[in-house]
Amino acid sequence: MAAHAPFERHIVEMENQISKLRELASKGGVDMSRELWELVAKLDTLRRDTYRNLDAMEQVQVARHAGRPYTLDYVRGIFTEWFELKGDRRFRNDEAIVGGWARLDGRSVMVIGHQKGKDMKENLRRNFGMPHPEGYRKALRLMKTAAKFGRPVVTLVDTPGAYPGFGAEERGQAEAIATNLREMARLRTPTVCVVIGEGGSGGALALGVTDRILVMEHAIYSVISPEGCAAILWRSADHRNEAARALRLTSSDLLSLGVADEVVPEPPGGAHTNPEAAMTAVAEALTRNLSEIDGADPEELVARRWAKYEAMGAWQETAGAGGAS
Amino acid sequence: MAWFKTQKKPLTSEGRRDLPADVFKKCDGCGEILYRERLVRNLHVCPDCGNHFRMPAACYVELLTDPGSFEETGADLVSDDPLNFADLKPYPTRLRTAKEKTGRNEAVVTGRARIEGIPFALAVMDFAFIGGSMGSVVGEKIARAGRDALERATGLVVVSASGGARMMEGIFSLMQMAKTSAVLARLHERGLPYVSILTHPTTGGVTASYAMLGDANLAEPGALIGFAGPRVIEETIKQELPQGFQSAEFLEEHGMVDRVVDRRQMKASVATLLRHMQAGWEGRD
Repeated sequence: MAAHAPFERHIVEMENQISKLRELASKGGVDMSRELWELVAKLDTLRRDTYRNLDAMEQVQVARHAGRPYTLDYVRGIFTEWFELKGDRRFRNDEAIVGGWARLDGRSVMVIGHQKGKDMKENLRRNFGMPHPEGYRKALRLMKTAAKFGRPVVTLVDTPGAYPGFGAEERGQAEAIATNLREMARLRTPTVCVVIGEGGSGGALALGVTDRILVMEHAIYSVISPEGCAAILWRSADHRNEAARALRLTSSDLLSLGVADEVVPEPPGGAHTNPEAAMTAVAEALTRNLSEIDGADPEELVARRWAKYEAMGAWQETAGAGGAS
Repeated sequence: MAWFKTQKKPLTSEGRRDLPADVFKKCDGCGEILYRERLVRNLHVCPDCGNHFRMPAACYVELLTDPGSFEETGADLVSDDPLNFADLKPYPTRLRTAKEKTGRNEAVVTGRARIEGIPFALAVMDFAFIGGSMGSVVGEKIARAGRDALERATGLVVVSASGGARMMEGIFSLMQMAKTSAVLARLHERGLPYVSILTHPTTGGVTASYAMLGDANLAEPGALIGFAGPRVIEETIKQELPQGFQSAEFLEEHGMVDRVVDRRQMKASVATLLRHMQAGWEGRD
């Protein structure tokens, strides 16, 4: 089992208590079903209460939880007929992003998502889900392939951010992200993005300029990590709690700010406690959103997408002269 | 004690005649002490070594536009504080300080003008305003400049100088990358030219959106241009970066900018590019 976050301590303690009791019951032949039943009910309440009252930094920890389903878990869990497509046709195949054809509820779609590793070995291969430019270029290639055949694009966002390394800069990390933003804005096919874990800045947005933005209940989406923000603005990463709060990066924040179109509910205790339930909820939300926009006139879709993104932000226009036409 | 071992008396500034602090400026490039007025006349470029000093946004507007042709737009747009953000200082306080320091409302100046007679829309970022960071107003003003170009069927020129997205506006500042890129998608589809000029420094969300999307990307000599800042990269790879990494010249060599252009040739270069790309102006010079 994956390591637990500090706020999960009481939950883990009770889980241990329950398993000990079970063991005792089976060994001693004593009937403890009533005690067990009560404990399980208590655990359920504890889990619900804990997860309903997470503070912002705790939400960040849940979003980064190693037990959460990752892109390939969704691919295996809710899609069928998966056919992975690799490489950017320029440099190499970046395994921090995976993509390919898949089927959801009978509909053929292009699925593209960040992919973190389940263990250290896989994380080295997948660079902890931090793409290089070639990852973004592969993603764009697949999106264009989808549009060519009139198939919708589903993106799953889960990354700490684009990789800040030597080769990434050398090969144009900024250009790769920028080009994706522009090209996603004009892609003539329906697009839906689900932030399934960590929505880390430009590296997340490079898969996120879509018709619909869905955010899972315990996922986050932010312009900078709380640690990075604290280091710059508070001059110490120790202030990550304050930074996490200030950044308004939780799903309910994103919904109230009008950036998220929908929050996908997670099972009590978070997606990592019941991945199947979490994936089913995502499948339902994706199917519903896709059927709402699939079949729309592509030109109208793009016009609506432009209007959606061009309206984003908060500003005031002081009274008086000026103002562009 | 040998005479050569006697301690030298350090030079002190005692008795120095007091000069106003801004009469002279030392060049970071060659160490030459420059008479400030001469430096300004030379477009803030060191006459000895060609080092490009940061130039105020207003001077860049003047540099690129025909005299008297610039009409500013959107000057009255001001940042809201959508997140009620406070770090060591509340965001509104930071905004107020920046306004007092720069005399403008935000980190970008936008408008319409002519360059060698050619009409165009212009946006010039001001690094002095919270590090030229991009929040909602910067995004909106760039978007409006783009829409202005669309409406009048002209080209768009953006001069970037920015540390990236403005953290104090959280997710909204991230979304400005999508917003500005969406407007550029429209220009792209209409066949209207966009020239991006990258000045020192251009990093983060601005590089990863409009600054890299020019039909031509021009960079000033020596400008630092990148996605991640050099310190972040060094911390990540646990190595010191080589001299000149992420410089304009490095980006030119790696195919990320079309040309490194000396500021003193910038106007002529932009005008040439617009004559090549902007419909109706190819025959004139």
